[in-house]
Amino acid sequence: MSIIEIIKEPWPWYVSGPLIGLTVPILLLIGNKSFGISSSLRHICAACIPANISFFKYDWKKESWNLFFVFGIFLGGIIATYFLSNPNAIEITPQLSEQLATYGITDHSGLLPAQLFSWESLFTLRGFIMIVVGGFMVGFGTRYAGGCTSGHAIMGISNLQWPSLVATICFMIGGFIMANLILPYILSL
Amino acid sequence: MNNSENKITDTEGINGSQLKDSGISNLKYMLVGIVFGIVFVKAEIISWYRIQEMFQLQSFFMYGVIGSAVVVGIISVQIIKRFNIKTIQGEKIEIQPKTFNKGQIYGGLLFGFGWAITGACPGPLFAQIGTGVTVIVVTLLSAIAGTWVYGLLKNKLPH
Repeated sequence: MSIIEIIKEPWPWYVSGPLIGLTVPILLLIGNKSFGISSSLRHICAACIPANISFFKYDWKKESWNLFFVFGIFLGGIIATYFLSNPNAIEITPQLSEQLATYGITDHSGLLPAQLFSWESLFTLRGFIMIVVGGFMVGFGTRYAGGCTSGHAIMGISNLQWPSLVATICFMIGGFIMANLILPYILSL
Repeated sequence: MNNSENKITDTEGINGSQLKDSGISNLKYMLVGIVFGIVFVKAEIISWYRIQEMFQLQSFFMYGVIGSAVVVGIISVQIIKRFNIKTIQGEKIEIQPKTFNKGQIYGGLLFGFGWAITGACPGPLFAQIGTGVTVIVVTLLSAIAGTWVYGLLKNKLPH
């Protein structure tokens, strides 16, 4: 198998996890920046709609590195999709596939199920909750918690900060409750 | 909430560097972002399916990703601290400590709900849009709205 073919395969966790972890020292070394992504949402608010709210009144331009970083993530998504894309469909566990079939979700051609995340779906109750309400909770929750998976679970725990461990445990508890107890009701809408 | 606490949560996400980055020097962060985005897509971390498998304990994959990222992160930060390594500009590396407040519990749970629904944390949202699922722009705008509403209500919320 050629190198490019190997790269096109899905990458295993023991390759991708350490690469993500390396982002922590790289950002520190190239500019004293603490890894964190949800802050970008705050900077966008501060730059576009500060509305005289004190939480958004700060020098966001000094933090514009973060906006360059997330724009890079977007570009990385394009590059990976158009040049390094896996020719095979995504593999999912048989249990998940079976569960989703009971909600009529059978199209697994993309990284996200198209029957849930598409413009057509947006105008259904189920799609609206998944896309709009879910997104709102991500933005509100991460800022309330003071960080997301990158800022708390990876950066905070890397720096041995116990509040970040508390936040991470709460992320996981929230996720377990939603995925196992509430999401089945949303998916059956 | 007292004033000192207010000050701490208000500066979170504000970087420790005293230096001002110019437009060109910001491009290096974009480069790191590009590599990061490629890893996100190639490891399928941005996949809604992977997040469901994680929260339903059907697969070890995401635990392996996050766990190994944390291990590499801890080792790197310890090395930087122990050997007092400086940035490439020669600045002392400063990492802002995280201060506990109840927001980490309430906000954490709420983010967990959103994470399991959308299958994305803020980082993957940007990569998902890059992969061509354009409707995620709506999720991103909604997340920005969520952040804005938090800023609006911040002083009325328990912390």
